Amino acid sequence: MTVEAKRGARSGEWRQESRARHFRERTIKVVLTGCAYASVLTTFGIVFVLIFETIDFFRQVSIVEFLTATRWSASFADGDFGVMVLVYGTLLTTLIAISVALPVGLLAAVFLSEYASIRLRRWLKPALEILAGVPTIVYGFFALTFVTPLLQSTIFPNLQIFNALSAGLVMGVMIIPTVASVSEDSIYAVPRSLREGAYALGATKREVATRVVVPAALSGIVASFILGISRAVGETMIVAVAAGQLAQFGGPFESVQTMTAYIVQVASGDTARGTLTYSTIFAVGTTLFLMTLILNIISYWFVRRFRETYE
Amino acid sequence: MTKNGTRITPEGRPDPGWDFKTSTSLRHGLDRVFLALVFAATLVGLVVLAVLLVDVVRDGLPWLSWSFITSFPSSTPTYAGIYPALLGSLWLLGLTTLFSVPLGIGAAVYLEEYAADNWLTRLIEVNISNLAGVPSIIYGLLGLGIFVNMLGPITGGPSILSGALTLSLLILPVIIIATREALRAIPDTVREGGYALGATRWEVIRSHLLPMAIPGALTGTILALSRAIGETAPLIVVGAATYLTFAPDGPRSQYSALPIQIYYWVSQPQEEFNVGLAAAGIVVLIALLILTNSFAIWLRNRYQRRS
Repeated sequence: MTVEAKRGARSGEWRQESRARHFRERTIKVVLTGCAYASVLTTFGIVFVLIFETIDFFRQVSIVEFLTATRWSASFADGDFGVMVLVYGTLLTTLIAISVALPVGLLAAVFLSEYASIRLRRWLKPALEILAGVPTIVYGFFALTFVTPLLQSTIFPNLQIFNALSAGLVMGVMIIPTVASVSEDSIYAVPRSLREGAYALGATKREVATRVVVPAALSGIVASFILGISRAVGETMIVAVAAGQLAQFGGPFESVQTMTAYIVQVASGDTARGTLTYSTIFAVGTTLFLMTLILNIISYWFVRRFRETYE
Repeated sequence: MTKNGTRITPEGRPDPGWDFKTSTSLRHGLDRVFLALVFAATLVGLVVLAVLLVDVVRDGLPWLSWSFITSFPSSTPTYAGIYPALLGSLWLLGLTTLFSVPLGIGAAVYLEEYAADNWLTRLIEVNISNLAGVPSIIYGLLGLGIFVNMLGPITGGPSILSGALTLSLLILPVIIIATREALRAIPDTVREGGYALGATRWEVIRSHLLPMAIPGALTGTILALSRAIGETAPLIVVGAATYLTFAPDGPRSQYSALPIQIYYWVSQPQEEFNVGLAAAGIVVLIALLILTNSFAIWLRNRYQRRS
């Protein structure tokens, strides 16, 4: 302030200038605060839109039918609204995806933090991140036109064109970097002294990694698993393209419809606002939103509750 | 670690699985197997990525030509092109940048430099990290409800503007998180030096903190923008058109986008569309992504040399 005050005193107008500066500072602060609250508004917007249209939906369809019916044919005028069929589709593809992504992602994380040299790690990490940056429509194309024909001609000749298996497998590959990088962060954070203690007791590198480091980093690893599951539940284009649009309790070789794929199917067509079909996608969206929200909360809670602290 | 004769794990639980194997050759053999396993797991993703790229290029290359870039979609595969979708994606990219970057950087500056450490700030922080985990299709439903329907008279309904606003909200958390990390990495001595010279908070931010944070913030921001270019699901929900015979001419115009056009072609039953043209479209999309990402790297290197 002293420099400003001296200069101002000489020109005889420091008071005014100071007021102008104050005004500018205050305005800028208000604008920036507004930016930060935009994110809160987004959340309000999501919750508002979902609740608003979902209430409209439950005026026409009972919540009991929605949760317990075992058929889903919402495109017809007097259709069935058993959302469990769509939830089943989502869970099946998710299960296939995480049975790839969790073990592969964890093992890759162990390699990156325990075995890879710093140079190799600096190359491998960004290369793995590319996997997460590939647009999901590209994965959908790959699952439909490469993986499915490949599986049909080699191990599963009775695989349908649209099936949960290819979609799930490709989705699993997409999630590998998510699991790997979050797990790796927590594995990397395990203090050296723990590793050295185990080495001093005569453990080999593998024994140190699997029996000391991984258990010590467990909270972060579980969080990465839950994050991966949440990604798989919300993933849309891979399943919409490769798993088909048939809402049924099908096996992995058959077509299933996920919650996300249903929303895409309806949105691709022309659906007028105010119709039952229009509010149906919001009811399904609410179900999806709640599922991912719960998963995110569990993951957040897990990290805080079970974090091992080393002083 | 033993207690009363039984071995315990680092967490203090008894560990029945830890039997000391006396055969070191067996243990070292298992070590080699384990190393092969973790190395293979690391390669799985990279191999799939390589196969995917080769497959796409092999399928798409025969269909790529200058006329593919400059033509409109057509029901005859050989005449079909991607021009309106490419233009739509560029429009979306421009408008999304315009909306999301100032908003995201503003929010990050507020949270990092102004916000008091109280429950309200923590609420905003938890909220932002939660928004980052919301599936993109939910943002589509938000856009459909608010931008397309409620604000339809302003945005023009299913217009480029609605699409860009939806994508902006989608990538906002990523931009905020990246910018905050860049700001946090700046040592406090820079701020204190600025204040000591009589600069106000904003003067310090504008002249020192923002220029120093740009390389880090820019990388995260452009990664977020390239994610926006590749997004399909929310755009389908906010009503991007799949078959457009005119080029978009303004923010309130109807539009298509590269991923939408690819989705439309993948969904067609004929192989010319669902393999050939779709793959050609993917090559164009990936080329655009590589272009934006290289731009990010170039910008970051430029700024890093200067500061």
